[in-house]
Amino acid sequence: MKKILVLALSLVLAMLALAGCGGGGDSGSGGGDTIKIGVFEPASGDNGAGGKQETLGIQYANKMCPTVTIGDKEYNVELAIVDNESDNSKAVTAAQNLVSQNVSIVLGSYGSGVSIAAADVFADAGMPAIGVTCTNPQVTADCEQYFRICFLDPFQGTVLANYAWDSGCKKAYCLSKLGDDYSVGLVNYFVEAFKGLGGEVVEEQFPDKNSDFTSYVANAKNKGCDVFFAPVSTEAAALIIDQAEAQDLGMPILAGDTWDSNVITEAAKGKNVDITVTTFYQEGGNPEFDEGIKAWMEEDSTAMTNNGGNTDLAAVTAMGYDAYFVALEAMKAAGSTDPADILAALPALQVSGLVCGDVSFNETGDANKTEAFVKRCNTETGAWEFVKTQSAE
Amino acid sequence: MLQTWLPYILAGIAVGGQYALIAIGYTMVYGILRLINFAHGDVFMWSGLIMVYLITVLPLWVSVILVIIFAIVLGTTIEKVAYRPLRSAPRMSIMISAIGVSYLLQNFALYITGGLTKTYPEIGFLQKTIKIGSATTKMVTVITPVLTIVLVFLLVMLIKHTKIGMAMRAVSRDFETSSLMGIDINRVITVTFVIGCGLAAIGSVLYFSNYTGINPMSGAMPGLKAFVAAVFGGIGSVPGAVVGAFVIGICENLIKGAGWTTFSDAFTFVLLIVILMVKPTGLFGEKNIDKV
Repeated sequence: MKKILVLALSLVLAMLALAGCGGGGDSGSGGGDTIKIGVFEPASGDNGAGGKQETLGIQYANKMCPTVTIGDKEYNVELAIVDNESDNSKAVTAAQNLVSQNVSIVLGSYGSGVSIAAADVFADAGMPAIGVTCTNPQVTADCEQYFRICFLDPFQGTVLANYAWDSGCKKAYCLSKLGDDYSVGLVNYFVEAFKGLGGEVVEEQFPDKNSDFTSYVANAKNKGCDVFFAPVSTEAAALIIDQAEAQDLGMPILAGDTWDSNVITEAAKGKNVDITVTTFYQEGGNPEFDEGIKAWMEEDSTAMTNNGGNTDLAAVTAMGYDAYFVALEAMKAAGSTDPADILAALPALQVSGLVCGDVSFNETGDANKTEAFVKRCNTETGAWEFVKTQSAE
Repeated sequence: MLQTWLPYILAGIAVGGQYALIAIGYTMVYGILRLINFAHGDVFMWSGLIMVYLITVLPLWVSVILVIIFAIVLGTTIEKVAYRPLRSAPRMSIMISAIGVSYLLQNFALYITGGLTKTYPEIGFLQKTIKIGSATTKMVTVITPVLTIVLVFLLVMLIKHTKIGMAMRAVSRDFETSSLMGIDINRVITVTFVIGCGLAAIGSVLYFSNYTGINPMSGAMPGLKAFVAAVFGGIGSVPGAVVGAFVIGICENLIKGAGWTTFSDAFTFVLLIVILMVKPTGLFGEKNIDKV
C-alpha cells in the first residue's frame, strides 16, 4: 500500500516537472518579433510593497505602449518579471534568471541593496540596467552597466537636512537598519549635511527582523531630539508610526523616498503623527497619467491589490512608468535589440516628455536631477500634501 | 533616574511576557518529547495571520476564541502528522521534521499573503494609550505581564494538582516507564501541544497588538528569542521559561536604552552561548543524573 502511494506521488512529481519544462519551452519560442525587458523588483520581503508599486508603473507603461519600432521593424515588448525578494543573496539568482532569459535591458530595483548585489551579474553579462528608484550612489559608481533615472542619496540627504534645519530643528535622531545599504547610506549623508549646518545628531541602528521599536522611540524622546529621521523600509515604517503614536513622540518624523507610499498614509491615518518625506513625484504633476493609471487600477483588481488595495499613487509607480519609456527610447536610439548596442546608446540618451521630468545621464550614469518634492502626510484624510520643491543648495 | 528608564522597563516587561507565553510551548514540548519544536514560532505567526483574516468577518471576541482554537488545531495536527510517526526514530530525524514544518508554514504564509506585511487589526482597549509616571505606552504593556502571570499560575496548578498534570510530570521523568504504568502517552502529548499552542495564540494577540505588522517571517525572531528564554530558564521547566523570558525582554530593552541598539539581538544570543557553557541545564533546569 505504502509503495503504491510512493510510486503514485513520484509519478505526479515527475509529470509536474515535465509540464514545467513544456511551459517554459513554449513561451521561449513564441513570436519572432518580441523584445524582452527584464523587471528586477522585489515582490516579497521588506520592500515587497514598494517593489510591487514600481512594477505596476512598468506594467501600465507596457499596457499603454506594448510595441516599439526599432529601425523599420515593429517589436512586441514583453516584460520578464522576477522577484528578488528584497534579499541581497536572492537578488543575484534573480538577476541571473533575467540574463538567461535573454532580455535586452533590465529595469529596477526598488531598494539599493539588491541592485548593488546584482550589479556584478549585469556587468559580467554586459547587460544594461536602469535603476528606477535605487538612490544609493554605489549602484552606479562601480558598474558601467548600471544607469538610473532618480536622484541620489548625497543629494537627498542634503535636501532632507536642509529641510530639517530650515524648519528649526537643531538635534536629529537618525535611525537606520543594520546592513541595509539604502537606510545606512541615506542616514550618513543626512548626518554629514546636518552637522555641516551646525546641527547635532544621535545615530542608532536596528537589527534585521526587528519589530519592537518601543525603545528607539523612547530614546529619541529621552535624548531631547527635535526631529526623528528614519528612512527605513515601509514595513518598519508602519511599526515606527504606531509606536510614535503610542508613546506620543511629539516631534516630526522625516524620511526619504521609500516612505512615499500608501502603506505610510494608511498607517498614519487618524494618528497624532507628523510625517514629511522627500520624493520624485507629486500626484497631480501629470493629471493625464494620474487618471489613466487610476482607471486601469479600478478595472484590474490584481493591479489594485498590488498597489495596496486602493488607487493612491506612489511616486515609485510614476518612476517605473518613466523607466519603461527610457528603455524604449534607448532601444530606438541604439537601433537594435542587442544589449551591447543599447548599452552604447545609453550615455548620450536624452528623454523628455516623461512624467517625473526629463532624463539625461552624467558620466557615472546617474540622472541629472536637481530638485526633490517635499510632501507631508495629512493624517485626517490619509493623503500626501505637497509642501514645496527643495534643492540641495 | 527611574524617570528615564521607566519606558524601557515597561517595554521590556511587556515583550518579556509575550516571549514567556511562547517559551512555555517550547519548554513543555521539550520536557515531554525531548524535541525542540522549531515550528512553534510559526504557529505563533499563523495565529496572528488568521486573526487578520477573521476580524474582517467576525466580531472581536469570536475571532480571538477562534484564533486560539485554530492554533491548537494546527499544533496538534503538526504533532500527529509530522512528529508522531517519527516517535521511535532517532531524535535528529524528528528535529529535522520540525525544521521542515517550520519552513512549510513560512512559505505557505508567503504564498497566501504574497509576502507583504499585513496590519494587525485594532483591538481598541489593548491599544489605548495610557500614561504611567513619565512613560506613555499602550494598554497592552500593562495587561501582558498580569495576564502572563495569571496564566502561568493556572498552568503550574494544573501540572501540580490534576491527574493529567501528574501524568505529564511522569512522562517527562521517564517516557517508557510511564507508558508501562498505563499512562496514555498520546493523550499527554496532545494536551501538551494544546496548552503550548493555546498560550502561543494568546501571546500572538498581545504581541501583534503592540507591534502591528505581520509577515511570514514575523514568527522567526520572537520564536528564537523565546527558545533562548526557555534554555536560559532551564528547558523543561515552566517557571524557568517565564523568568528567562522576562530577563531577556527587559535586558534587551535596557541595552537599547543605553544606546547600544546595534547589539540588542547579539546580547540575546551571547546569553544563550554563555548559559550553555556555564550552566547547560539553565537556571531552574533539572539535574541530569547518569544512571548506570
